[in-house]
Amino acid sequence: MAIYTEEEAKKILEKALSFSKADACEINLSGSNSGNIRYARNTVSTAGYRSSQSLVVQSSFGKKVGTATIDEFDDASLEKVVRRAEELAQLSPENPEFMPPLGPQQYDEAITFSEATANVTPEFRTEVASKSIVPASEKDVTAAGFLDDSAGFSAMINSNGLFAYNKSTDVDFTVTMRTNDGTGSGWVTRDFNDISKFDPAEAANTAIDKAVLSREARAIEPGKYTVILEPAASIGLLGRMFGSLNARSADEGRSFMSAKDGGNKLGQKIVDERVNIWSDPLHPDVPTSTWNGAGQPLKKTSWIENGVVKNLAYDRYWAQEKGVDPVPFPSNAIMAGGDESLEDMIKGTRKGILVTRFWYIRSVDPQTLLYTGLTRDGTFYIENGQIKFPVKNFRFNESPIIMLNNLESLGKQVRVNGNLIPYMKVRDFTFTSLSDAV
Amino acid sequence: MKRRSFVQYAGMGAGATMLMPSLLMGNEIPTEALLEPGMDTVLKKQMADVALNTAKSMGATYADARIGRYLNQYVFTREDKVQNVVNTESFGIGIRVIANGTWGFSSTNDVTEDGIKKATQHAVAIAKANSKIQKEPVQLAPVESHGEVSWKTPIQKDFKEVPISEKVDLLLSANAAAVENGANFVNSSLFMVNEQKYFASTEGSYIDQDVHRIWPTFNVTAVDRAAGKFKTRQALSAPMGMGYEYMDGLESEKLQGPEGIKLYNKSYDIVEDAAMAAKQAKQKLSAKSVEPGKYDLVLEPNHLGLTIHESVGHPTELDRVLGYEANYAGTSFATLDKWESKNFNYGSDIVNIVADKTQVGSLGAVGYDDEGVKTKKWDLIRNGVLVNYQAIRDQVQMIGQNESHGCCYAQSWEDVQFQRMPNVSLEPGTEKYSLQDMIKDVEKGIYILGRGSYSIDQQRYNFQFGGTLFYEIKDGEIVGMLEDVAYQSNTQEFWNSCSKICDKDDYRMFGSFFDGKGQPSQVSAVSHGSSTARFNGINVINTGRTI
Repeated sequence: MAIYTEEEAKKILEKALSFSKADACEINLSGSNSGNIRYARNTVSTAGYRSSQSLVVQSSFGKKVGTATIDEFDDASLEKVVRRAEELAQLSPENPEFMPPLGPQQYDEAITFSEATANVTPEFRTEVASKSIVPASEKDVTAAGFLDDSAGFSAMINSNGLFAYNKSTDVDFTVTMRTNDGTGSGWVTRDFNDISKFDPAEAANTAIDKAVLSREARAIEPGKYTVILEPAASIGLLGRMFGSLNARSADEGRSFMSAKDGGNKLGQKIVDERVNIWSDPLHPDVPTSTWNGAGQPLKKTSWIENGVVKNLAYDRYWAQEKGVDPVPFPSNAIMAGGDESLEDMIKGTRKGILVTRFWYIRSVDPQTLLYTGLTRDGTFYIENGQIKFPVKNFRFNESPIIMLNNLESLGKQVRVNGNLIPYMKVRDFTFTSLSDAV
Repeated sequence: MKRRSFVQYAGMGAGATMLMPSLLMGNEIPTEALLEPGMDTVLKKQMADVALNTAKSMGATYADARIGRYLNQYVFTREDKVQNVVNTESFGIGIRVIANGTWGFSSTNDVTEDGIKKATQHAVAIAKANSKIQKEPVQLAPVESHGEVSWKTPIQKDFKEVPISEKVDLLLSANAAAVENGANFVNSSLFMVNEQKYFASTEGSYIDQDVHRIWPTFNVTAVDRAAGKFKTRQALSAPMGMGYEYMDGLESEKLQGPEGIKLYNKSYDIVEDAAMAAKQAKQKLSAKSVEPGKYDLVLEPNHLGLTIHESVGHPTELDRVLGYEANYAGTSFATLDKWESKNFNYGSDIVNIVADKTQVGSLGAVGYDDEGVKTKKWDLIRNGVLVNYQAIRDQVQMIGQNESHGCCYAQSWEDVQFQRMPNVSLEPGTEKYSLQDMIKDVEKGIYILGRGSYSIDQQRYNFQFGGTLFYEIKDGEIVGMLEDVAYQSNTQEFWNSCSKICDKDDYRMFGSFFDGKGQPSQVSAVSHGSSTARFNGINVINTGRTI
């Protein structure tokens, strides 16, 4: 499938819109090509390729809404899908929360597409796998990994004059390295828009080193420890916090952002004053589309500033109910870092734990944003400023809100899962039991 | 923070957008289009043969083709509003080949001779490219050639024939019952799935199957604004491999639990459950916070199912044991040496756990798996000892067996099939013993119902589970509700502490509708049956915090 240019996409969307007889009509068009390779036991296991495209029509009569989708874009198909959406809308119950389509919007130009990523071949993927498998074999280590690359575009049009277009590429890579005696395990995650920034040998070697260093971990007592969290660890908890910045559930009294006696915590200080979190679709390290699926422009937005809640997300309906401007959900999260290097963080720790990542994180209590989960793939004991030995994995029960209140220091930012997150040191992190898992 | 958002669904309500993206696979279609017949089997056979012949002509030593039409209907409501009704259809073909001893896979929605040829060529090309770094050439266990056969979920009411208005009315009635009984908020939803899948392979099988599943569920919230607290109570329904008849709410399928609780077997009364949920959510706001310590746990089937799933289902998947899932879900503590010893005490001697792809009404029931193997039932744990794993054609020979267990599955035509969990269930106790008998026999315990928070490590040793409802048991009687409860244990210790299992009259199924595994991740649906069981001296923690 071709990745349509803005002109090609617009032509298809305008044609489809010309068939509309509804009060309002909004049409989204998207397509992507993606390929992947998966390996385990130091050999390739499966690999695949998929290509898809889709056009979604949402037609409305008053507050009655219908949607229909098609993957063929000739004139007859376009007319058919518009008629289907209209038929569905006529049959639907009224949605009292339906908001009419937005008018024309101004969007910033996104920086999300990379030709290099769009041109990845099956041979390149095999080469990436090889760069894990060969060095692993040489060190008595077994590699299991996954590379997934994709290129795609999104466009939308509506009957109120809005048009938007974006194309983007993505690469996600993870590899787990396990020592052949079964006592050590290391892991890395890397993600990019532009695959030319990806160094598969560096990633593989980092994971191999962690595996070797984490062999024969010792058991130490669970309890409250100072922890140094690598960005791939803290994102597990922080990502869930970002995903809960919803004004409506806060206003309804069913969120950690609900204030006592009604209302929400906008303007309240909820975490350490060194915590600053914002979103920015134009950040060169973590770019995203500059508009969302409803056609709302995405701009740089502050969420937590000096520990104070600056914004909560308001969808258009809830914003109207509350008489405020809508605030779209963030498409990425950027947390301000600090000057301290990882080495200095370790040097300044009398007794603590270095955590590579968290695993199987699940909500325990949405009221306090309490989560449980485990450390995995490289957990190390620090004493008097030095890494002393690997330790067995812990189960934790902790809330990101408590964690960010117990902040000790911030380090360098790293891209992880499309976000920019710093290394951080946190005191009194709650580990509640030990796990024998490697 | 979902970056992969090329497909932006403008029409989705809040309920839908919170779901896994895979739920939304397929094209949206009008309700009546669900009833349109798909491609007939004569044509499907012709198309499948195009793939098989193309693969063979390019040097593949094995090929299979799956032509799938996946029809889904989802209804989402909150309080007195319908948020969304979604109908989707997905149609296409997935082709898997072995060339140079290596797997290759490709899929396309262009189900024409030309489209299928191209996809097959792509699959063979991938296999050949990857064979350069292949160290373990694929070996397939023999399989019977079935010829042309078919299988259908035994349903009484096809969801596609039930009007949308009837489904919407039922959910809104449940919401109304919750609100009347004190709920501040209620979200309810109904998921209905029909997989029409046609499988053909170079082994000489042409298999046509029609699979149905359903899951009604809700979440009720009670808020105490003055105290700044809220509590939720989820539905006590189970997703089932049944038709719309599951929604009939038959009295004959209800069991009476303690504290006025109604429990549901193969028929669900959503309105009654929603009313009960609202009362219990309010009760939870003032329930006693648990004192941490050791308790005897009495675990109801709708809760125990998830514990079975995580602590027995996943660790006995052979691909995990062998390391194929090491980079994502993890490996397993149930290693081959433990199985080979024939005396690894996974649980106490009353623990018998079976894998089953044939159980009527279960989510995993099919006639044949997604590589053409006839399904069956087999033991995983017998008298407490680990006796077998779950394995498919390309792995079962690694444990010295020459017959696949028939548990290969792909979530759609566009994904490659791999080993997925069959129904994994705890057999009921053999002596007459009811839930009431069990509660009477507990001095200091907690009765736990329904699904809650669940987390387990990547080798399945250490887990922590919550639940929906918790009741304190003292000296053989329930004395009140508890909150802030979670239990932590080690899988082997936990199953060895199993001291009693209720009889078959208490047996019910729990289900997981969206179990995730693999990279790229795929969902599958699986049931776990059990009777209420008791586990002695389990560590309970208090999860209450202040922020």
